[in-house]
Amino acid sequence: MIVMTKESLQILKEQDVILFRNRVKEFATKIGMSLLNQTKLITAASELVRNMLKYANGGVVILEIIGKDRVTGIRLTFTDKGPGIADIRLAMKDGYSTGKSLGLGLPGAKRLVNEFDIKSEVGKGTTVTIIRWKNGI
Amino acid sequence: MKNQSLKFLQKSKKHLLETWMSNQMEDQALREDLMSNDELRNQSDELLTALLKTLNSDNIDNTQSKDFEQVSGILSDISVSRARHGFSPRETAQFVLSLKQALTQTLEKEYTDDPKVLLDSYIAINKLIDSLNIITFETFIKGREEVIIRQTDEMNEISTPVIRVWEGVVALPIIGTLDSMRTQIVMENLLQEIVNTGSTIAILDISGVPAVDSLVAQHLLKTVSATRLMGAECIISGIRPEIAQTIVHLGIDLSHIKTKASLASALKLAFSMLNVEVKRVEKNRQNNG
Ligand SMILES: Nc1ncnc2c1ncn2[C@@H]1O[C@H](COP(=O)(O)OP(=O)(O)OP(=O)(O)O)[C@@H](O)[C@H]1O
Ligand SMILES: [Mg+2]
Repeated sequence: MIVMTKESLQILKEQDVILFRNRVKEFATKIGMSLLNQTKLITAASELVRNMLKYANGGVVILEIIGKDRVTGIRLTFTDKGPGIADIRLAMKDGYSTGKSLGLGLPGAKRLVNEFDIKSEVGKGTTVTIIRWKNGI
Repeated sequence: MKNQSLKFLQKSKKHLLETWMSNQMEDQALREDLMSNDELRNQSDELLTALLKTLNSDNIDNTQSKDFEQVSGILSDISVSRARHGFSPRETAQFVLSLKQALTQTLEKEYTDDPKVLLDSYIAINKLIDSLNIITFETFIKGREEVIIRQTDEMNEISTPVIRVWEGVVALPIIGTLDSMRTQIVMENLLQEIVNTGSTIAILDISGVPAVDSLVAQHLLKTVSATRLMGAECIISGIRPEIAQTIVHLGIDLSHIKTKASLASALKLAFSMLNVEVKRVEKNRQNNG
């Protein structure tokens, strides 16, 4: 796997979300991602960045254009130093929410991307990595 | 910096102010349209007076110290007000930088024969003005951000018009991102318009919403529930194909809500709910009768 472009953005307030989403869109447009895949990626990114703000008071996102076997894609890594998630399996369930919300953010984001990885340690923080390939289904 | 040269500067306040003013006047970029010369002189005088009063050989190295509270305060106020009045960063930076020039020029004249004192003072003044410059910059940007936030608020207010499309039907096109604050405004406007017009159908058009994530969806659902509580029915229109697929993958259930692909089809549905029929009338007949 090779990294072609790399950039990091700090997310501390609601306004940063819009800026970040526009940046993701720029990256996705640059590699010629279809509108449908762009929308899926941006929506997943939106969920994860909102979780970061809501549960961890913000964090950092790394945006990358990556290539593997002549396929390009976007990789986003969300890192926060929040409270962490005690039971990841539970958090990944549809409808599970500690925030009186729909509880669709994490499982929904997973369904919207090609690769999804979550690591979390209680008291230390959470890191979520997603990849959406240019032409992936 | 030695006490001796500081004392000298404090004594030369009048001269310093004149030199500083003429330095600022020389600058081509001076914005007389934005600020009068009298105002500029007052600001300069205020800052210089406070600065000379504060400075001593112990604190000159440390603008973070409590001694500098007054100076920082004055400088911050000036920068913020410049940001609000539309000064460029360059014009704002020039204000403090031209003070450096005035200080060094004045010292140069006095200590031509004493290079050691001169060098010593130079270094101290450079450090001092650099830190003042940082304060200027930080607060200038803060001032600009305030302007941007205010404009965003204004945009939020005006960008949610409720349109009366038919007797009993109001439509609300939403353009841009639906965050919590905008949703609140949208909802209030919509509910108020339903009351004002006595409408029974509200169309929420989301053609202009770039992405529907779970938060936006939740906001939409809340708006629909509130509309129903007012005794009106809500139709969501303008769901683009890519948005529809994304909503399904995300797992949001909109099945209990009336949704349509376009505003036109939403209007059609509204007509049928109101038992209104829209018919094409042949031209001839229309002319005759
Ligand atoms: N970055 C994070 N740090 C700590 N806890 C998190 C983080 N992200 C998610 N969680 C926990 O996982 C739960 C599930 O998250 P998910 O995004 O699926 O649902 P939600 O945010 O509660 O609701 P929705 O996203 O649908 O509005 C959250 O309620 C929260 O307890
Ligand atoms: Mg969430």
